[in-house]
Amino acid sequence: MIQVDGLTKYYGARAAIHDLSFRISTGEVVGFLGLNGAGKTTTLKILAAVLLPSSGSVRIDGLDVARAPLSLKQRIGYLPEQPPLYDEMTVGEYLRFVAELHGVPAARAPSAVEAVEERTDLREVHRELLGALSHGFRQRVGVAQALVHGPSVLLLDEPSKGLDPAQIIEMRSLLRSLRTTHTVLVSSHILPEIAQTCDRLLVIRDGELVAQGTEHELEQRLGGSGTVVVQVRGPAPAAENALRSVPGVSGVTVASAEEDRVELHADAPEGLRPAIARAVVAAGLDLVRLDVGQDRLESLFLRLTRGTET
Amino acid sequence: MRNVVLIARRELLAMVGTMAGWVILAAVLAVDGLLFNSFALEGIRRSAEVLTRFFYFSSGTTMVAAIFVSMRLLAEERQAGTLPLLYASPVQDVDIVLGKFVAGLAFLCGVTLLTAYMPLLILIHGKVSFGHLAAGYLGLVLLASACMALGTFASALARTQIVAGILGGAMLVGLLVAWQLSRVAEPPFAGFFAALALHNLHFVPFQSGVVHLRDVAYYLLVTWVLLFAATRVVEARRWR
Repeated sequence: MIQVDGLTKYYGARAAIHDLSFRISTGEVVGFLGLNGAGKTTTLKILAAVLLPSSGSVRIDGLDVARAPLSLKQRIGYLPEQPPLYDEMTVGEYLRFVAELHGVPAARAPSAVEAVEERTDLREVHRELLGALSHGFRQRVGVAQALVHGPSVLLLDEPSKGLDPAQIIEMRSLLRSLRTTHTVLVSSHILPEIAQTCDRLLVIRDGELVAQGTEHELEQRLGGSGTVVVQVRGPAPAAENALRSVPGVSGVTVASAEEDRVELHADAPEGLRPAIARAVVAAGLDLVRLDVGQDRLESLFLRLTRGTET
Repeated sequence: MRNVVLIARRELLAMVGTMAGWVILAAVLAVDGLLFNSFALEGIRRSAEVLTRFFYFSSGTTMVAAIFVSMRLLAEERQAGTLPLLYASPVQDVDIVLGKFVAGLAFLCGVTLLTAYMPLLILIHGKVSFGHLAAGYLGLVLLASACMALGTFASALARTQIVAGILGGAMLVGLLVAWQLSRVAEPPFAGFFAALALHNLHFVPFQSGVVHLRDVAYYLLVTWVLLFAATRVVEARRWR
């Protein structure tokens, strides 16, 4: 369990984070969301005992980060924004070094390395030099070094940064596989990415926690609005009127209107799709497409992190 | 202690696993060999005199090599972004500094030991006192230790290796020329500067085969003070 109370960190006169408080239960996977410079990395560094806070307290599994940093660090696996890799070492040598550095006995280190390589799909590059690995593999080794000593808490700072779509899917499934065995706090500035992996989200803006909850709860808090994309065959005014007649639709815009096809974006939660479908059909129009807007999560993210929800 | 050994072992393997370590090793041996041939063996000299001159020249290459070896120790970790790994591991800051220092010193001692064939060459046409040999090498190791600690401190302060090298070099020159200050300063400062100087007062006895406890204590004290300062710098970085 992670308990953070009144955490504040000043760099000179500027507060990078201010009076941050939150709880993360054991076994929970929580996304830490914010724009670049919002204070995510600073918070994770303090949680990993890499940085000392100006004030406030952090307790992980009951241990205070300021009073028992060494015992606490054995329970934490930390992946910084840039994976801390020694390019002249092989993957196997590096993971063994990290394991032993975290207190794994030398006799048990090889099996710990083998296990984590299996879990992170690194067996094939066991003997490869870290400096020769692709970005995706380097990121995976970064996650492996955070896991190799069997920590109960994982702090991952933007683990999907710079990965291609295929690698993002792999990273996502890796994070999902950690759900049952670890308490995970994963930072990102891509809401759709962590929304798929995390049980709950913490949203940070200008060093302060501005929202927390599940994706659905955050949507509700912001008025429950999303975008539903509707394509119909028929005149645009009739389609617009049909959508506006549905209770819960707060706004309709015509995105494109061609000869026989109109695309409209309705400001409505995705749960209203059946009602929208019925309204379109009742108006005598042909329904061609009905979908959740791709920009729904992005819009939610921007409203949360830029402070435009009010 | 286990953590110091772990960090030192990794650092030492990195030194011998990269080109930089071999370049430093080759440069020290080449320069030492040239100086030995050109100046120590020059003319007709007694064996002890040749040995004294060998240690004198070797002390110069050792000091320069110490700066080149040490400049990477902590600054490179910062440059490469690997310092968070050590900071996030259950090791104390003093273990990090000691591990780095021990690796650098072990490497430099290894390089210094490889120069042993030169004084042994004297045996072909002359005699060598093994006490003189031991005293000279003890002096070189102690000098290397002080210079390595100085370089480690500079490396802890600097953000890049180049800056660490320049800073370490400047501090080394400052400690070397302190004896010249002692010539122009009034007492009691003259005595203070003379005692502070890294080479002149404290190394010369070693190169002549004489071991004074005060010189051993001086080098150990310089090493301790600078490593203590480096540890404080590493600790202070957790606040920034």
